[in-house]
Amino acid sequence: MLLDNILTLTIFLPMAGVVALFFIGKEKSDTIKYVGIGTTMLTFAVSMVLWLKFDSTTSAFQFARQVPWIRALNISYSVGIDGMSLLLILLTTFLTPLALLGTWNSIQHRLREYTMMILLLEVGMVGVFAALDLFLFYVFWEAMLIPMYFIIGIWGGQDRIYAAVKFFLYTLGGSLLMLVAILTLGYLSSTMQGGRFTMNLVDLYRVGPSLAMHVQTWLFLAFALSFAIKVPLFPLHTWLPDAHVQAPTAGSVILAGVLLKMGTYGFIRFCLPLFPDAAIRLAPWMSLLAVVGIVYGALVAMVQTDMKKLVAYSSVSHLGFVVLGIFAMTEEGIQGAMIQMVNHGLSTGALFLLVGFVYDRTHTRLISEYGGIVKPMPVYAAALLFMSLSSIGLPGLNGFVGEFLVLLGAFKSKILDTYAFAGIAALGVIFSAVYLLWMYQRVVFGPMRAGGLYGGHHLADINRRERWSLVPIAIFIVWIGVYPSLFLTKSAPVAKRIVEQIDAVKRGAVPRYTMAPAPARRMAPARHPARLAAERAGESERLP
Amino acid sequence: MITFAPLLVLFPLLGFLFNGVFGWKIKNEKLLGIVGSGSVGLSFILASVIFVQMLGVEESARKQSVEVFTWVSTFTGSSSSFSASVAYQIDQLSILMALIVTGVGFLIHVYSIGYMRGDPGFWRFFAYLNLFIFAMLNLVLADNFLLMFLGWEGVGLCSYLLIGFWYDRKFDIGGEEAGSTYTGHAGMKAFIVNRIGDFGFLMGMLLIFVTFGSLRYDSVFSNATIMSVGTPVLTWITLFLFVGATGKSAQIPLHVWLPDAMAGPTPVSALIHAATMVTAGVYMVARCSILFALAPTSMLVVAIIGALTAFCAATIGLVQNDIKKVLAYSTVSQLGYMFLAMGVAAFSAGIFHLMTHAFFKALLFLGSGAVIHAMHEEQDIQKMGGLKKYLPITHKTFVAGALALAGFPLLSGFFSKDEILWNAFIGEHGSPLLWLIGATAAAFTAFYSFRLVTLTFDGKERFDHHHLHPHEAPATMYVPLVILAVLSVVGGLVGIPHVSQLEHWLDPVFDPAKIKLMQTEHEGFGLELLFMVVSGTIALAGIWAARKVYLERPEVAEQYASRFKKLYRLLWNKYFVDEGYNAVAVRPIVKGSDFLLWKGFDVAVIDGALDGSAAFVNKIASVLRKIQTGVAQSYATAIVGGILFVLTWIVLR
Repeated sequence: MLLDNILTLTIFLPMAGVVALFFIGKEKSDTIKYVGIGTTMLTFAVSMVLWLKFDSTTSAFQFARQVPWIRALNISYSVGIDGMSLLLILLTTFLTPLALLGTWNSIQHRLREYTMMILLLEVGMVGVFAALDLFLFYVFWEAMLIPMYFIIGIWGGQDRIYAAVKFFLYTLGGSLLMLVAILTLGYLSSTMQGGRFTMNLVDLYRVGPSLAMHVQTWLFLAFALSFAIKVPLFPLHTWLPDAHVQAPTAGSVILAGVLLKMGTYGFIRFCLPLFPDAAIRLAPWMSLLAVVGIVYGALVAMVQTDMKKLVAYSSVSHLGFVVLGIFAMTEEGIQGAMIQMVNHGLSTGALFLLVGFVYDRTHTRLISEYGGIVKPMPVYAAALLFMSLSSIGLPGLNGFVGEFLVLLGAFKSKILDTYAFAGIAALGVIFSAVYLLWMYQRVVFGPMRAGGLYGGHHLADINRRERWSLVPIAIFIVWIGVYPSLFLTKSAPVAKRIVEQIDAVKRGAVPRYTMAPAPARRMAPARHPARLAAERAGESERLP
Repeated sequence: MITFAPLLVLFPLLGFLFNGVFGWKIKNEKLLGIVGSGSVGLSFILASVIFVQMLGVEESARKQSVEVFTWVSTFTGSSSSFSASVAYQIDQLSILMALIVTGVGFLIHVYSIGYMRGDPGFWRFFAYLNLFIFAMLNLVLADNFLLMFLGWEGVGLCSYLLIGFWYDRKFDIGGEEAGSTYTGHAGMKAFIVNRIGDFGFLMGMLLIFVTFGSLRYDSVFSNATIMSVGTPVLTWITLFLFVGATGKSAQIPLHVWLPDAMAGPTPVSALIHAATMVTAGVYMVARCSILFALAPTSMLVVAIIGALTAFCAATIGLVQNDIKKVLAYSTVSQLGYMFLAMGVAAFSAGIFHLMTHAFFKALLFLGSGAVIHAMHEEQDIQKMGGLKKYLPITHKTFVAGALALAGFPLLSGFFSKDEILWNAFIGEHGSPLLWLIGATAAAFTAFYSFRLVTLTFDGKERFDHHHLHPHEAPATMYVPLVILAVLSVVGGLVGIPHVSQLEHWLDPVFDPAKIKLMQTEHEGFGLELLFMVVSGTIALAGIWAARKVYLERPEVAEQYASRFKKLYRLLWNKYFVDEGYNAVAVRPIVKGSDFLLWKGFDVAVIDGALDGSAAFVNKIASVLRKIQTGVAQSYATAIVGGILFVLTWIVLR
């Protein structure tokens, strides 16, 4: 019984923390923190059950539950996970407690509400990765926006309102079109033979690929816009630097670590399997944007003066790799993209934590305000180097595995059919070293400013709590870098399934559903060719 | 025995973990030093045992590999999808490299115990050194390109860490813009320039996979043998791989990082920036000899770049005054010789020179370290002189190294360099021009090495006696010097053409390439002997000239400097390459990214459009809201007006 609902438990467990927080006085800040950490750690423990019980031989959705919700529209509460969702859910439940731990003393006012928001955010994030009903997915997708909006808008920096509104409008603008596309897809399903209006993803997996190219293309674009904003894909990225710089540290960690992956997750979960023809057709264009993002993000990151902005732009570059891998549509590319989502969550999450640690001490993030901090903070310097190297993609650490698979996938890809994408993307290898090591040089080495005194405070090295928020991340960084099979075997069936589907579509093995020419003015539901044929044969009464 | 091969790599890794994790707590330098050098020593012993065993078996059984675990793969089980393992291959070439790396590495570790004594970062130093040996052994022992790349980037990381080891020190960048900068800058420059090379390696590796469907040496090379000479994709693969080699082995145009890398502690310069890491590019080309043999264009490029580098770096070495800078340019130049050898398909000769160079250049660097130690961190040879009285052992060993470098007849460097020059003349793509460039560079080499010796150890004492009392280094430092000196003198004997076994030892590795090139044993032993005599004469002439000028008539050097002012300035400024790169690449990219991309496109165009549309909506709203006055009468008027309008429209339609 419990095991049947373990996924639902993972999703909603943080809510229990929210409820508990209602009954805790807002002045008891320590209790609030313990409730926050405790709930998220418990959620992680529960999600570990998913990991342990997961069957990595199948690409089917596991731990699936379906409960009718809005019967009239055939909408149900339907959840289930495959290898990709598993990795991302684990990443979410893993990073959230670490983000809270790493920013223990960073939030001074309205701590209770802040903790609630983080917990609500977790519900939304895990829900997005688990939902198998498009309507439910949309609800989680939008629900998650609200706590993030408040986290930036209330606990953010100087220009937090501007950043929060920009974040909100950007994301909402995209997702409204997605809603239209979702409803259209459900409606198109009802026009098919024996069809009904449905939001069930597994059912729609059969509907989408049979749609005509132009229909697929429009729907693909509507979904893709929403996901591209979230990723963010060049040139839709400008909300990201503002949101990151203004968000409190934990917000940045979760934003970079998990939220951005929802875009790339969406591409793999929806865009590719629902609209394969359109995806194949548009793959070169998506890859082009990805590759431009890789180089552009890296170059712009290089010239940033604010550490957080630098890391934010580096995300644009790194996520470009993920998108490139996805639209290479090869096993290497998609496997690389999926592991790279996890990698980016770990290394960039850690980098944001590290920037947060010095910000807590000095209240500045300007690179020029730092220098020579290796003397007072040697452990910090080592940690920053380690995380930077992970982000640079040094072989032996996690980033390399993902980047290499992506590049290989893009190189092999018959759909992209040119080495140019991978070749240009590989330049990112050079630039990532440039921007991170240059920042490292200016912040950590060189002359020390004011003898290590900032605002009258001596710079203390990172303390035990801060160290322990990094150690688990470091362990996984090495683990994935040295022995990635444990993770890649989980996502392998997903990659295999998607590539097989794409190949089948390319061979033309999927029945095509064409829209009937619309009779004057009124849009008529088009008919399935099989049904038309059946009607002609006078057998229509046998079909429902 | 092959089953123990992974241990070769494991010992230094354990040393790294011990020193890296517990080192900061351990104050006992002896323990740290013993663990650090001991782990490398163990690997050396194991490598020797494997080597002896290999001697005992027949030639075909000498190549073996062992797989440890699957590293990077898609794990989808599809046959065509990617998979690469952590797997090691022992063959004639890799065991030779492993012996050099662990043998010279061990000596340098021991030397470092003395050299780094009292340094607060002692533990860190040994941790990095061990990590380096670990990475380097992965590089040479890997049985596939991906694992080689792990080692390749790993040594680059260690190089970065060790160049910037004394992060609070400054160093002189040399040339006219002479200023000083922090050592970290040099480390960063090394890493980034290497990454440019790594980009080439990566591209080559990707192309190899799409061409051959695997990254294992075995399957790649055996599939390559059935391809025809001049297949375009092989030319691309080898050219990309060579870009990687130019980065790691400091060849033109990516040589700029190595001289700056001298900012690191001297044992690092000896181990990483002379004996081992910088030869990785040579090793890689040798390893891929069959691919290069099938790409004549690439071979030619390798030969030309090698010869040019050998020449240009030697000319710069003529005028530098920093003892380590001279040696650095010398290293660049000698690496050029090795690539020249590769380019003319004299693979064994190149590897032979790699080995002898590891001995004598490590010796020279360690000797210079002893000098710098004695001179309290002074590196300017113009401020030395007459040191042989104070540093007798260092002096003798240094001279042995310099003689070997100069190519003094019958020392190690003589045989290996001579063989390269001979092949440059007569080998594949060989030409009299390549020989001439190489021979001229050899003359310069002899000259600058003895300029260095003479200015440092002979002549007047030009340092301040009141503050400096030069003294010989401790035993941990001079014992390695003596061992390396012996190797520099006799190390050449293993590779004397027609006499020794080294060439034939490596034959199985290079035979596939040689068959493709249809290389015949060159007749004319007499001609080869003549070339040997010429090489020897060139070396002796260079040494004689340097002794003559700097011992007897030092004013001649200054006269020449002022007579050829422009040339001197060009050399003194290292051909202005750094300045050129800054002007052409670095500054435009940084400025362009800052003003065009970020402030121009991101902020002005995209956000401008966004904020602009927001402002536009705002503006419209501020106009429209005036309609909403809250006065009921005006609403009523509007309603009546509306109704009238609609009615009129219906009626008149």
